[in-house]
Amino acid sequence: MVAVVVLALYPIIWMIVSSLRPDGSIFSNPSPAPTTFHWQNYQYGWNALGTPFGRYLLNSAIIVLGAIVGNVITCSMAAYAFARLRFRFQKPAFGFMLLTIMLPIHVMIVPQYILWAKADLVNTFWPLIVPKFLATDAFFTFLMVQFIRGLPKELDEAARIDGAGHGRIFLQILMPLMAPALATTAIFTFIWTWNDFFVQMIYLTDPDKYTAPIALRSFIDAQSHSSYGAMFAMSVVSVIPLLIAFAVGQKYLVRGIATTGLK
Amino acid sequence: MSLLKLQKLALTPKGGQTRSNTRDNKAALVFLGPWLLGSVVLVIGPMAASLYLSFTNYNLLQSPKWVGAGNFARMLTDTRLHHSLEVTFLYVLIGVPLQLGAALGLALLLDRGLRGLTFYRSAFYLPSLLGASVAIAVLWRLIFGGTGLFNTILGLIGIESTTSWIGNPDTALSTIILLHVWTFGSPMVIFLAGLRQIPVEFYEAAQIDGATTFQQFRGITIPLLTPIIFFNLVLAIINSFQAFTQAFIVSAGSGGPSDSTLFYTLYLYQEGFGAFRMGYASAMAWLLVLIVGACTAINFWASKFWVHYED
Repeated sequence: MVAVVVLALYPIIWMIVSSLRPDGSIFSNPSPAPTTFHWQNYQYGWNALGTPFGRYLLNSAIIVLGAIVGNVITCSMAAYAFARLRFRFQKPAFGFMLLTIMLPIHVMIVPQYILWAKADLVNTFWPLIVPKFLATDAFFTFLMVQFIRGLPKELDEAARIDGAGHGRIFLQILMPLMAPALATTAIFTFIWTWNDFFVQMIYLTDPDKYTAPIALRSFIDAQSHSSYGAMFAMSVVSVIPLLIAFAVGQKYLVRGIATTGLK
Repeated sequence: MSLLKLQKLALTPKGGQTRSNTRDNKAALVFLGPWLLGSVVLVIGPMAASLYLSFTNYNLLQSPKWVGAGNFARMLTDTRLHHSLEVTFLYVLIGVPLQLGAALGLALLLDRGLRGLTFYRSAFYLPSLLGASVAIAVLWRLIFGGTGLFNTILGLIGIESTTSWIGNPDTALSTIILLHVWTFGSPMVIFLAGLRQIPVEFYEAAQIDGATTFQQFRGITIPLLTPIIFFNLVLAIINSFQAFTQAFIVSAGSGGPSDSTLFYTLYLYQEGFGAFRMGYASAMAWLLVLIVGACTAINFWASKFWVHYED
């Protein structure tokens, strides 16, 4: 078991330690213990791309924040409808929503790109944020449908007898109870959006608009034969937000994976 | 735990319906408004458009030119496409069982009441958390390069090697499969949750009947876990067919060396957003949908023979 822990963590730790070593001694030194603290790697990497790396982190953060707000609001609304309302075409609508979970993005990305290009919004964050406000991340809708189904219906009934409409039942009764599911949604949206590469690479080609992963990619292209230390340094910087999110939201993360099989 | 089962579960109304249908229809329209708009504008519309584009040549600048089944005919003779299918199927067929096997094995070990479960779970989950990132792909590229860490470690145990594992067409794909196996943490957490749901009474009864540990494992644990295994398998296959970032970064976008890491989605990206053959890329996307759909359908069909549902 300990051996597996070592295998699982060693590459990560070695990456962090190597980001603090001078270029010449990185690959010859497999030790996971920090031997030097060569902070210049961070200084150099931070400014190696014309725009300071902080800009890319900020761009990523803006998109992540927008995605979280969008998913939390619109997926929970859709989930309320599927879980608590009775309406026409409910079955086919729900089936379609489930189907879109497995639908590869590739079958939509080309026309979506044309759409955003026609609207002259390529190289803005809109193509990455707006879809989240339209509940297109069906996995979260599904997650919250499951969650709402588990909440006692008597609560709704009682509120209804008191004269509450669907808006109030949703906002004042269910929303507070849904906090764990909303937290799971928020943290997975964080991780997936922060790690997203394919879609961000397609829409963001202007260096000022790069997110952290896209910037990192252009970093390796530009510096492929030098400054490995700086490369590691910026790699570490780009995953620190993930580690923080993991530390803060671990409980919800584990619960979310366990209940729905999210990645 | 299949999606269909869950759908049935989620749609079964509980308790009496006190409101008229018209009232709910209106409310549903409000609550589903964003989703409906998104479904039409960002899902159904684009799907229809990409189906149309798959029968055209389109480079974004001129208007699409109808070529009938031309793109699909080209697929039949496109050796790079065939190769990318081969690479992707290899990745799925080797990577998925290895990753799920590791996940299941470790979940079983962890479930045996080991101390520090939370620590192990977190430690094993970390690679899954970071595995999809560009940073880890960069790390992989540097570890398995000619002067990389892997060769240094081989040197320490007496094996001199200057091979670039990512530069050698015979081993490049293996390094990416290894990266996939390394991210066993997330299916492991799902397995753990499944193991926790097996009632202890089953094991107690089996012990009274004198069943050995192995018999309990074969007779209780595995059958009751098959729905979870199935769920993980379906998800892993769907996701693995769409793998992109790691191959893109490790091969610097080329899918090389000698196309040995030319994943299907990577080739699709090159065709669509590199060469601006949007028609061909759309046709490829639809082939991907058919492949993923067929694999999922086969999975569901095959599940009748090995997945055990309690009810």
